[in-house]
Amino acid sequence: MPELSTVHHPLYQLRRTPFHARTSQLCLPHNWRRWGGCIAVGSYDLGLDREYWAIRNHAALIDISPLIKYEIGGPDAARLLHRLTPRDIHRMQVGQVYYTGWCDDDGKLLDDGTVTRIGEKSFRLTAAEPQYRWLSMNAVGMQVQVTELTEQMAALSLQGPKSRTILNLACEQPVDSLKYFRMAFNRIAGKAVSVSRTGYTGDLGYEIWMDAADALVIWDALMAAGHDYGITPTGILAMDMARVEAGLFMLDVDYTSASHAWIAGQRSSPYEMGLGWTVNLDKQGYFVGRRALEREHREGSSWKMVGLEIDWEGLEREYAAVGMPPQIPASAVRGSIPIYTGPRQVGYASTSTWSPVLKKYIALVHLQQPFHAPGTRVEIEVTVEHHRRKSPATVVALPFYDPEWKKK
Amino acid sequence: MASNTYDAIVIGAGHNGMIAAAYLARAGKKAVVLERREIVGGAAVTEEIFPGYRFSEFSYVVSLLRPEIIRDLELPRHGLKILPLPSTVTPLDNGDYLAGWDDHDLTRREIYRHSPRDAEAYDEYSRVMARAAKAIKPIIGLVPPDPSSLSWRDMKGLLKLGQYAHSLSEHELYRIAKLVTQSSADLLEEWFELDPLKGTKAASGIIGTYLGPRSPGTAYVLLHHYMGEIDGAFRAWGFAKNGTGGVTAAIASSARALGVEIRTSAAVDKVIVRGGRAAGVALANGDELTAKVVMSAADPKRSFLQFVDQQHFPDEFVQAIRDFRVRGSSGKVNIALSGLPDFTCLPGEGPLHRGAISISPSIEYVERAYDDAKYGNFSRQPYMDIIIPSMIDRDMAPPGHHVMSCFVQYAPYDVAGGWDDTKKEAFGETVIATIEKYAPNIRGMIVGKQVITPRDIERIAGITGGNIFHGELLLHQLFFMRPAPQWADFRTPLAGYYFGAAGAHPGGGVMGAAGKMAANEILKDWQ
Repeated sequence: MPELSTVHHPLYQLRRTPFHARTSQLCLPHNWRRWGGCIAVGSYDLGLDREYWAIRNHAALIDISPLIKYEIGGPDAARLLHRLTPRDIHRMQVGQVYYTGWCDDDGKLLDDGTVTRIGEKSFRLTAAEPQYRWLSMNAVGMQVQVTELTEQMAALSLQGPKSRTILNLACEQPVDSLKYFRMAFNRIAGKAVSVSRTGYTGDLGYEIWMDAADALVIWDALMAAGHDYGITPTGILAMDMARVEAGLFMLDVDYTSASHAWIAGQRSSPYEMGLGWTVNLDKQGYFVGRRALEREHREGSSWKMVGLEIDWEGLEREYAAVGMPPQIPASAVRGSIPIYTGPRQVGYASTSTWSPVLKKYIALVHLQQPFHAPGTRVEIEVTVEHHRRKSPATVVALPFYDPEWKKK
Repeated sequence: MASNTYDAIVIGAGHNGMIAAAYLARAGKKAVVLERREIVGGAAVTEEIFPGYRFSEFSYVVSLLRPEIIRDLELPRHGLKILPLPSTVTPLDNGDYLAGWDDHDLTRREIYRHSPRDAEAYDEYSRVMARAAKAIKPIIGLVPPDPSSLSWRDMKGLLKLGQYAHSLSEHELYRIAKLVTQSSADLLEEWFELDPLKGTKAASGIIGTYLGPRSPGTAYVLLHHYMGEIDGAFRAWGFAKNGTGGVTAAIASSARALGVEIRTSAAVDKVIVRGGRAAGVALANGDELTAKVVMSAADPKRSFLQFVDQQHFPDEFVQAIRDFRVRGSSGKVNIALSGLPDFTCLPGEGPLHRGAISISPSIEYVERAYDDAKYGNFSRQPYMDIIIPSMIDRDMAPPGHHVMSCFVQYAPYDVAGGWDDTKKEAFGETVIATIEKYAPNIRGMIVGKQVITPRDIERIAGITGGNIFHGELLLHQLFFMRPAPQWADFRTPLAGYYFGAAGAHPGGGVMGAAGKMAANEILKDWQ
């Protein structure tokens, strides 16, 4: 009897994005990561420096297709999003983009993403995790259509000071008048795209949304237009450093979705995560988590996510004690590190990174009341040659890095 | 010649019996385990049914073996290896399949392909069930207090239980109340729309019961199977190296290292009662062994209606044991194959062969399988849980050859007309024909097949009624009612006689919890 041959089943693997034909050619170190059930390039180079500096000095081209995307349409589309999120969706103009988290009934974050008003009765929602079920549960009795676009819609993020120049060359219509957190329709290489002035780096930047079938043509057009301006395909590891500098957090790294939490203590509210500015308690009508958020607003939060700058002198001193200069990880560190005041632990860092543009070691930290006030001196654990030490650090407001050209 | 005087005699060298003896020996007691068969293991045995082809004859996966037993008895040092059994694939009649892989992203992609809504619901369902299992798990480790008793011990136990229930959130309490009363079909229909997903999940709620997925109470069985999942990090779920006999071999080795004597071909005839106390046992060969305590790890019927004269028990107790439902409903077909079957839904050799293959296209299918059983017939289109152990552990079959284990439900113990060779053959043929629908080349590869009915489970493994849990996991046969009201604390109405097997709390599934807890209670009573 002949042996069965081993077969590779196409469904027994992670998804590839519509840019795979390009990204896989360029991914020199075969450094692939997971993102939303896709394989995503961690870095195209062996190191992260060139990609990181593309974000801060030229223009980084990042494949963000794995983002979960929904189109929400119908007479009650605004009503649904108004109910779902703490933002005042009814006040949103067509072409406007809101960043927001959304909560469960206890006012704890389920996920976060952007809402774009595409038309009077149509919106686009991005999310880190699938939300179809949650959207449907909240849409009971509403005239609304929720369509998942994740696989049909490809997306690129073009981030960095040169991104506008490059887009002006690549797009049919100039993007000069596109304001921060606005979206406009445009064409690249003859293909319809929507361009939003948004991103995950805290720099000047745009996100370009397109039909998956047009992905490669648009990639090529952008690469050609950006060639003389330093356009650089960039992986998610360099973006991870930039987003910490921008004070932006990430689901499953800096907070746990309330629907995933094993215990109550793992959940986070928008206030705790520094998203108080997105919670509009003056808005009309009910939204999910409203009562809990009103209570938290009244009574105050027990902890808050803020920034931390680690004193370089302290690090130098700890390393000097073993005869070494300070050692810095080459990429952002996603791992919990304890923060102390004296012998008492008052919080933890969820992501920390060296910031090349600030020349500082920084971290997103979760600190108990009252230690999260800017200027508070705390200590962070550092492991120096296999020994745990503490190094002084200062609480700062987020973001760490906020260039003037970001919103200009 | 070995002395016939012991501190403790354990009847039955299944996993529970040997675990109990090992714990007793650890506490310094001289313990002997008596096994009717020539091999140890009970229903957790590996046997070479056809030369070169080894089978986990009855119980075939490990999921619930208590982590503390693995640690306490140092089972890894005694050879326990639990190999991954990473997926479940449900072949469908339209040629497609539904898979649950061992990767979250891959599973989500797979379910999404059939139903985006269910893909998300599945994540949430898994978390909710894991949380419910976590919430209910401490109860498993508790000696069930008797709510009718005013004894200090029972009151303390009830208080502890009350405090624990109080510590749960309202949501968790409601969830648990629903889970223990609902049918698995009702539970699953609250969550999912996909038939094969519901069918496959529902199937784990009927395993070992004489119920269908629409019968109330089956949701609990489903939860019972989830208990193993919370020990995920401990990796207790999988296929034991050398089959399930590998588990009992490790336990036997550990027990012997602790000083336990294990006698095989030593069938117990009667428990000897002197002065109102169990004082030893008489073997079928006429030998007599004496001990301070006797523990039975056999099924409840054998333990209380056969080994002990009924005059030693109150009538009420005898009646409760008589009423205890032990009717077997599952069969097993073990197949030796000259090659690997090719499944139409996922052709070629692939990940499907390394995991479970579930014949459960819908709740309807499983319920109809039950309909046959309800009227005394084996299912014409049975639910099956198939694994190919030789793909997980190459030592189970000769190179290039394979063994296939098919758990089949329903196969009633008291099938209409009785189990004779013709009926067994017809049952085996039904199983082969069912697999053939999804893997047409299987028939030509069959080197041998062993058909096991509940009658065979009773005959070979000695479990009365042939129920894989020694008695169904029904609400009225659980916790302080298992095996009988007032006697769920591993003690029996006969002083010095204890009971610690699947028919006791918390039930079956190669868990070992009953054996361990019984040993603890014996030691508490020791004077």
